[in-house]
Parts: sequence; structure tokens; C-alpha cells
Amino acid sequence: LFAACWPANAEELRPYTVAGDAIPASLTGTKGDVARGRALIVERSSTCILCHSGPFPEQAFQGDLAPNLAGSGSRWSEGQLRLRLVDASHLNAATIMPSYYRVDGLARVGTSWRGKPILSAEQIEDIVAYLVTLRN
Amino acid sequence: MRIAVCIALLTAMAGAALATEIPLVQRRSGYSFMSPDSKVMQDEDTANPGMLSVLDGEALWTRKAGTANMACADCHNDASASMKGVAAHYPAFDKALQKPVDLEGRINLCRTNHQQASPFAYESRELLALTAYVARQSRGMPITAGDDPELAPFVEHGHALFMQRQGQLNLGCTNCHDDNWDKKLAGSAITQGQPTGYPLYRLEWQALGSLQRRLRACITGIRAQAYDYGSPELVELELYLMTRARGMPVETPAVRP
Ligand code: HEC
Ligand code: HEC
Ligand code: HEC
Repeated sequence: LFAACWPANAEELRPYTVAGDAIPASLTGTKGDVARGRALIVERSSTCILCHSGPFPEQAFQGDLAPNLAGSGSRWSEGQLRLRLVDASHLNAATIMPSYYRVDGLARVGTSWRGKPILSAEQIEDIVAYLVTLRN
Repeated sequence: MRIAVCIALLTAMAGAALATEIPLVQRRSGYSFMSPDSKVMQDEDTANPGMLSVLDGEALWTRKAGTANMACADCHNDASASMKGVAAHYPAFDKALQKPVDLEGRINLCRTNHQQASPFAYESRELLALTAYVARQSRGMPITAGDDPELAPFVEHGHALFMQRQGQLNLGCTNCHDDNWDKKLAGSAITQGQPTGYPLYRLEWQALGSLQRRLRACITGIRAQAYDYGSPELVELELYLMTRARGMPVETPAVRP
């Protein structure tokens, strides 16, 4: 479904700048879409709720390997959330959370996924836009 | 910011401390994570769909095959005696090949070397049935695989494969099956990944499947390139899993969700 908007190879990853524990600027230069971000998070293909739970009462199957996403927007700034999604291992080398916008340093990636980030820059921005609204 | 760094350090430390093998007393079969209904299905032969394969295998055991026109039974006689305990120590080291072979591999070696027949395809009805039938003769017996000192380097390699992060999701088997086996992945229990029940009937598959099929499913799940059926890597993973399950009883044919 989303194949059309995925970068075809590593060259197409957009450059970004890490400042401290955050990526302050949008990967796309524009704000993401909150509703699309929520829809993406609960979709199986984004893999988020394999590990996380969150304020998704309609979702019967959520994971408990990771913190509940409720309140993410109170705990972290937009830029911190962006870096967390782009490359969580930058913050915690031992984390099990995949790096969603990275194609290097990975072993034996299956042919259908090779050279592609898990999520596109647009998808990351949509999810970030949604996460910042999760305040408690 | 200071808090973020502290949390990152703490989780890193927790991660490092957890990445160890499961102590003997805490080893739990996938069986113990199942619903009472699924447990009954495994426990009662009349309800266990895997028993159909075992019966199929029993029939194949006495069927002559190949240029040699011999049945398994012509050499091995009564499986309940000759095959008792065999599955509990597989994969085993094969002197001629100088590498470990799993039960499916061993049966296919008998097909080619002794019956002079063509080997069965992996996941074929016949190979699953014969493997289930042979392994059924070890039901309840403790796993002893890996005793042969010649296996040591292969066990070690299997262990390395188990620890290695791979795929687009960049996860290792150990991240789920050592560190998070008491947790839930999208609502379904992550077990310790114990190999005690194979071949087994998985409700999700609506079929009997081999341990290699399960391993390939986990590897594809982390979006890594699955090793081919029969590849040395899958046999080494099977071997490591069996040594990791040492002392646990064989459950073949088990049932899993
Ligand atoms: C394989 C497991 C896994 C997957 C998949 C995963 N995460 Fe995480 N995530 C974690 C873990 C574990 C942490 C805790 C911190 C750490 O280990 O780095 C975390 C932390 C977070 C945090 C910070 C939580 C907090 O408030 O402390 C956010 C936000 C987050 N993840 C969002 C996401 C989103 C959005 C996705 C999907 C696009 C996702 N995660 C996919 C495992 C995962
Ligand atoms: C002509 C004789 C012969 C036939 C027929 C035969 N086998 Fe074997 N089998 C052997 C021998 C000999 C061994 C010992 C290993 C070797 O030298 O290949 C063996 C070993 C085995 C083992 C491993 C036993 C152990 O303790 O490690 C299994 C399992 C097995 N056979 C199953 C079968 C099955 C299933 C069939 C039919 C598809 C079959 N065999 C047909 C001769 C035979
Ligand atoms: C992201 C988590 C995850 C990773 C990584 C993972 N698995 Fe699994 N594994 C599962 C889940 C979920 C199941 C299904 C639960 C069940 O029925 O046992 C499973 C099932 C299994 C089983 C079947 C257990 C049984 O009782 O029959 C084995 C064996 C296994 N995995 C081995 C592995 C190996 C080897 C690797 C690495 C190549 C691996 N897994 C990687 C999550 C994972």
C-alpha cells in the first residue's frame, strides 16, 4: 500500500541533523498529518503496536515489550520523538526498538526490504505529529 | 535531557544484564503458555491433529521404497524399540558428512543411502509424517542433544546465530526468546522458543510443520533473509535450541497456537 511513497534505495534517504538527543527539523520540511499518524501506528505493517500499547481502545492486540505511548508528547519534545523514531539505537545502543529511518549497519535484510527504511520520511513526520498530541 | 540520558543508560544496563541463558529451573515449553483448550488438544491423542501424521508415518514405515525395495522397518524393525530416544538426541553428528544432521536430514540419508530412493522434499507430507512418527517414540523423554564433543563448534555457531541481530527490524532471537519471553508481542505470548514439540501442529498453519519452518517464520518476521530449508545455519540453530532445551521432555506431536 505504501510502497509507492517509500524511497527506492539508500541514496533517497533525506539528510537530517542530530542536535543533542533530538532531530529538531522535520525530515520533509513540512508538518505531518496527525490523523494519518495515528492510523499508521495502529497498522500492523508499521510494527509499533507489536511492542507498544497506547490509547487505542479499538485495538485488541497490543504489545507490552515497550512503554505505553500515552503521554509521549508530555515526556518528549517533537525533536526528541523524531530521533527516537529515526534511530532509537542512537540513544540506547542496546534498545530493541528498530531504527525506522536507517538502511546501513543492518545484517541479512530480506530482499523485499533491502535498501529501504521501515518507514518513509512522510510516515515518520505523520507519526511524530500524532505522538506530540499524546499529552497527559 | 539529563533524564533522557539516565533512562537510556538504565535500559542499556538492563538489556546487558538480561542477555543470558534461561536457568534450568525456569525453562518452560510453549505448552505452558497455551490456553486450556489447546493443552487438551495436545494431550488427547484423539483430539490431536498431529496424530494423523503419526499414523501416516507408521504406514510409511513399513512401505517398501527405492531401488533397494526396502522399508524402514526392514532395517529398523519395531520403531517403538529401535527409535526410542532417537529424536531426543538429534541433530546428531554425521561422521561421513562431518557435520550435524537433523532428524529430517537423517531420514533422507536413509532414503538415499539405504533405500536408494530420492530424498523427500522438506515439509512434504511424507517427510513430516515419518519424522513425527520417529519423534513420537521419544515422547516424554528428556532432551540430550549435543553430548557428542564433535558437535561443539556447531553448537557454538548456532548460539552465535541465535544472538545475532538481523533483518530490517534488527532483532536477534535472544531479544525475544531470552529477554522477553514473559511478554506479549501484539497480544500473543512470546515463549522461550523451545524446540520440544516438533514436528507440531500449529493452529495458525492449519497443518503440521517442522522446526525449520518455524525458524524461517521468525526470521522472516524480523524481515531478514530466511535460510533455505536444510541449510547448515538452520541445522545449527536447531542444534543450539536442542542443547538450550536440555532435560526438557520431547512433546511430539505438540500443538501450538
Ligand atoms: C521491537 C520493539 C519495538 C518496536 C517495534 C517499537 N518500539 Fe518504541 N520503544 C521500544 C522500547 C523497548 C522502548 C523503551 C526505550 C528503549 O529501549 O530505547 C521504546 C520507546 C519508545 C518511545 C519513548 C517512550 C517513552 O515515553 O519513554 C516512543 C515514543 C516510541 N518508542 C515510539 C514507537 C513508535 C511510534 C514505533 C513504531 C513506528 C515504535 N516505537 C516501535 C520498543 C519498540
Ligand atoms: C537398508 C537399511 C536401512 C533402511 C531401509 C533404513 N535405514 Fe535408517 N538407518 C540405517 C543405518 C545403517 C543407520 C545408521 C546410520 C547410517 O549408517 O546411515 C540408520 C539410522 C537411522 C536413524 C538414526 C538412528 C540413530 O540412533 O541416530 C533414523 C531416525 C532412521 N535410520 C530412520 C529411518 C527411516 C525413517 C527409514 C525409512 C524411510 C529408514 N531409516 C530406512 C539403515 C536403514
Ligand atoms: C520479535 C520477536 C521474535 C524474534 C526476534 C524471534 N522470535 Fe521466535 N517466536 C516469536 C513468537 C511471537 C513466536 C510464537 C509463540 C509461540 O507459539 O511459541 C515464536 C516462536 C518460536 C519458536 C516455537 C516455540 C514452540 O513452542 O514451538 C521457536 C523454536 C522460535 N520462535 C525460535 C526463534 C529463533 C531461533 C529466532 C531467531 C532466528 C527467533 N525465534 C526470533 C517471536 C520472535
